[in-house]
Amino acid sequence: MWLGLVVLLPLAALVWRAAGLGRAGWLHVLRDPRVQASLAVSFETALVAALLAAVAGALVAWVVVRYRFPGRRLLDALVDLPFALPTAVAGIALTAIYSTNGWVGRWLEPHGLKIAYTQTGIVIALIFIGLPFAVRTVQPVLESLGREQEEAAASLGAGRITTLRRVILPELLPALLTGFSLAFARGLGEYGSVIFIAGNLPYKTEIAPLLITIRLEEYDYTGAIAIAALLLVASFACLLAIGAATRWIPNGQSHA
Amino acid sequence: MANPMRDSMINDPLAGPRWLRWLLIAIAIVLMMLLVFMPLAMVLTAAFAKGVGVWFAALIEPDAVSALKLTLFTAAIVIPLNAFFGVLTAWAVTRFEFKGKRLLMALIDVPFAVSPVVAGLCLVLLFGANGWFAPWLAAHDWKILFARPAIVMATLFITFPFVAREIIPLMQQQGSDEELAARSLGAGAWTMFRRVTLPNIKWGLLYGVLLCSARAMGEFGAVSVVSGHIRGLTNTLPLHIEILYNEFNSTAAFAVASLLAGLALITLVLKFWLEARHGDALSQSHRRHS
Repeated sequence: MWLGLVVLLPLAALVWRAAGLGRAGWLHVLRDPRVQASLAVSFETALVAALLAAVAGALVAWVVVRYRFPGRRLLDALVDLPFALPTAVAGIALTAIYSTNGWVGRWLEPHGLKIAYTQTGIVIALIFIGLPFAVRTVQPVLESLGREQEEAAASLGAGRITTLRRVILPELLPALLTGFSLAFARGLGEYGSVIFIAGNLPYKTEIAPLLITIRLEEYDYTGAIAIAALLLVASFACLLAIGAATRWIPNGQSHA
Repeated sequence: MANPMRDSMINDPLAGPRWLRWLLIAIAIVLMMLLVFMPLAMVLTAAFAKGVGVWFAALIEPDAVSALKLTLFTAAIVIPLNAFFGVLTAWAVTRFEFKGKRLLMALIDVPFAVSPVVAGLCLVLLFGANGWFAPWLAAHDWKILFARPAIVMATLFITFPFVAREIIPLMQQQGSDEELAARSLGAGAWTMFRRVTLPNIKWGLLYGVLLCSARAMGEFGAVSVVSGHIRGLTNTLPLHIEILYNEFNSTAAFAVASLLAGLALITLVLKFWLEARHGDALSQSHRRHS
């Protein structure tokens, strides 16, 4: 009941209003090149960032679970920082680091690499946001992965690469996919950390969630509702994908 | 770099050659430093760039104080509500069979996947000038949008899953045997909850509350859409940071940001402590608050 009130009712309002837009309203919004561009920016950056976050997350999870080294627990704790750090704080910090005079930007810019106020900047912010999701979905699976199978594979003469590919990767794949989907879903909707570093140039670095707020400020409810409905559908698709990946996990536990 | 702490790892045939191990560790550390640690360091450095005096001045400035008050006010309402209903939802989902249970389980995850901006927009559609409740609200002269109630509601929406998600796996693992035993010994429902269920889930509950509060005080996107950005009235701390930053007052922006970053650090330390001390009382999946 409470969940219905707090979660379902607002979403129902959006779905209802989106359905009420009619064909003409939808076409009007979807044909707008600025809307198309912002959706493209959002989907592309979220996709790239989720892929990179999944790879980086798997690496960090592997190192934290399998190796013992000084600072391991600190590294493990640090993984949750993007989760705990408010997005606006992360946004201004990342912008400061990667802008022309920033700690990193100052080294990259002479080489022609601009990060802040480009799509690369958006990707960096989204990796930051997505990384904990990737690590925390892969990590428990790695922990529960028995070493017996790997030992068996090794004793049967499999090399490390073969073991990784044939034994470890298949076990990890569902978790990796879940982590990827979570990072993608979060990346698609992320607002706070992106708007500072993105520069928000229409057609170039304007993300879809930002365009929603712009349309709202212009009292263009049709535009805002249509874009929001598309994002909503995309996030439900991600949830479904996560659900599918979860059921696929061998031990049948809910990992999402 | 120091030597591995456990000698057994050195001879582990599965761990791979030493150089590979150290290479991977080095990559992971550099990655985390660059991506995760540096922003935190940046916030603290920039906050104190002009000295403690300037930092402190930015914090006691009236708009910052009122933003802090609003953030705490919101958190004070949202956290207990979500803790209560999180436990209630977890209870319903793990102890009863009913129609639509799977749907309910799926619904819990929705706020994680939905964009905060979309969540904010939903509230605008409900309470805005031509929203569903607009006539009724106007008749009663209630202001929800661009006022505190909407900020609280947006935060409720965003942070709802945290407590429920922590407790559900915990209650699933524990099963209801102890509770049934308590009931059969004559305990009432409330006594049973207070004496059996609550002690069993208390660390998980604390864990969920911790994550919930971190998010509640830092929420930006959803709150930004519904707040109206009225200085001194409907600005939360994250929104205040945005305003200061856009006014090129970055030292003040980072000063306020350092406050929230400090909060995030406290959250992490508490979480670390909880996992280290009471890890066995948390769900096996306690790491997965994703």
